[in-house]
Amino acid sequence: MIRIKVKSKLYPATEDALPRRVINDFRLALKDNEFVCLVGPSGCGKTTLLNLVAGLDDDFDGEIRFDEREENHKIGYVFQNPRLLPWRTVRENIELALNEPAPSGAIDNLLEVMQLADFQHVYPERLSLGMSRRVAIIRAFAINPDLLLMDEPFVSLDSATAQQVRDLLIGLWQQRPHTVLFVTHDLREAIALADRIVFLTSAPMQTLNEVVVPFSRNERQNQQLIEQFRHDLLQTDGKPVT
Amino acid sequence: MLRKQSLAWLSIAVFLSLWHGFALYLESRNLPGPLMVLQVFWEQCRSGELPYHLGVTLLRLIVSFAIAMFIGCAIGIVLGRNRQVNAFFDNWLVIFLNIPALVTMILCYVWFGLTEVAAIVAVVINKIPNVVVTVREGARALNRDLLEMARCYRFGKAKTLQHVVLPQLFPYFIGATRSGLALIWKIILVVELLGRSNGMGYQLHLFFQLFDVASILAYTFAFVAVMQITEWLVLKPLDNRAQRWRR
Repeated sequence: MIRIKVKSKLYPATEDALPRRVINDFRLALKDNEFVCLVGPSGCGKTTLLNLVAGLDDDFDGEIRFDEREENHKIGYVFQNPRLLPWRTVRENIELALNEPAPSGAIDNLLEVMQLADFQHVYPERLSLGMSRRVAIIRAFAINPDLLLMDEPFVSLDSATAQQVRDLLIGLWQQRPHTVLFVTHDLREAIALADRIVFLTSAPMQTLNEVVVPFSRNERQNQQLIEQFRHDLLQTDGKPVT
Repeated sequence: MLRKQSLAWLSIAVFLSLWHGFALYLESRNLPGPLMVLQVFWEQCRSGELPYHLGVTLLRLIVSFAIAMFIGCAIGIVLGRNRQVNAFFDNWLVIFLNIPALVTMILCYVWFGLTEVAAIVAVVINKIPNVVVTVREGARALNRDLLEMARCYRFGKAKTLQHVVLPQLFPYFIGATRSGLALIWKIILVVELLGRSNGMGYQLHLFFQLFDVASILAYTFAFVAVMQITEWLVLKPLDNRAQRWRR
């Protein structure tokens, strides 16, 4: 179980802006191997929240608790842009994230599943955006994280590519279940991926409400079903469908 | 590619012909032609004089260059990454950048005597500020996204430096190296002229007193050749290797 509690996160005043409260009393508990999507308007503070959880920003009032592994928890972060080291090959990028040697064949297997085995010795600048995103996903899975953070990892991909990478992600996640916190502003994407969707208000960010997605992984192949569920959610303003 | 190369050779040929033409026209001891210079160069090489003095100067160059690059890069990275330290030392840097090379040389010789150490220190002090300024620019421009990634994946200091920071600074290192070698060898000759009894600077001073322009040009040719060979054999391949990931 991972408990996120952010009482408040302020951006301090700068020369030309007043102090700004980005998050106000946000709480979320993630069960083991649960896939949770955060859905909220642009600029509501989703990325800020992920950065707090990742430990990249510790200037906030609140706490992030990893029940089992308080000290040595590992976090895999798939950023909005892939953030690969351009001077290292695909494989080197993945290996560098591992702080202990991976069991033999583990990286090969990941590359295989994400259909990148033929590209492991290629430099990132020669990859398409979709491929770079897949490498970033592999890197995050490779460290076998206690929590996987994903910040709109499919944004600015064309819909066919986004769908393909989404399917690959779910395939990988089913093969190696992890607790995932996934940020998106695309409700269809959230329904297709999440066990639970958390709707957020605009800044200062708060939980508007939470919805459990009642479909099995197989049922989610059915676009009509997703479309209907989305329609219902929009009708009820994000309130749980009964 | 071929055209570009033949154009380069053509330009050298034109330069040499012009020089030859002027030398023939003036018929002066003060402007010997390229053939004459080549002949002197050959004689100086055979007598062992030129290789010896060139060697001594190159040794000083390598030692002072290595020290200046190491210290300059370290300071540059620290100043580039830490605003407060930079604010404190910025004025120092401006002062050191603007102290005339001749002043540091004279002071070093006065303070440390006419010794090898004084010569090296004088060159190093002249060079460090240039390295600092170049590398500091690079350290300021480091990609924040990649540093965050390294932090999130717990790269640690050594791994971050090796795989995230240094590759980004590499073009700045190469820039500092190129401008540094050119700057140092100009300074080193003056240092030798003022207070050493060997090296190219010392020899040039001797030739100046004898008005031996042919020997001066022969030594110049030797040094330019060494620098060009360094560029071809060391800097270019290093640069290509480090840039091979670029599209």
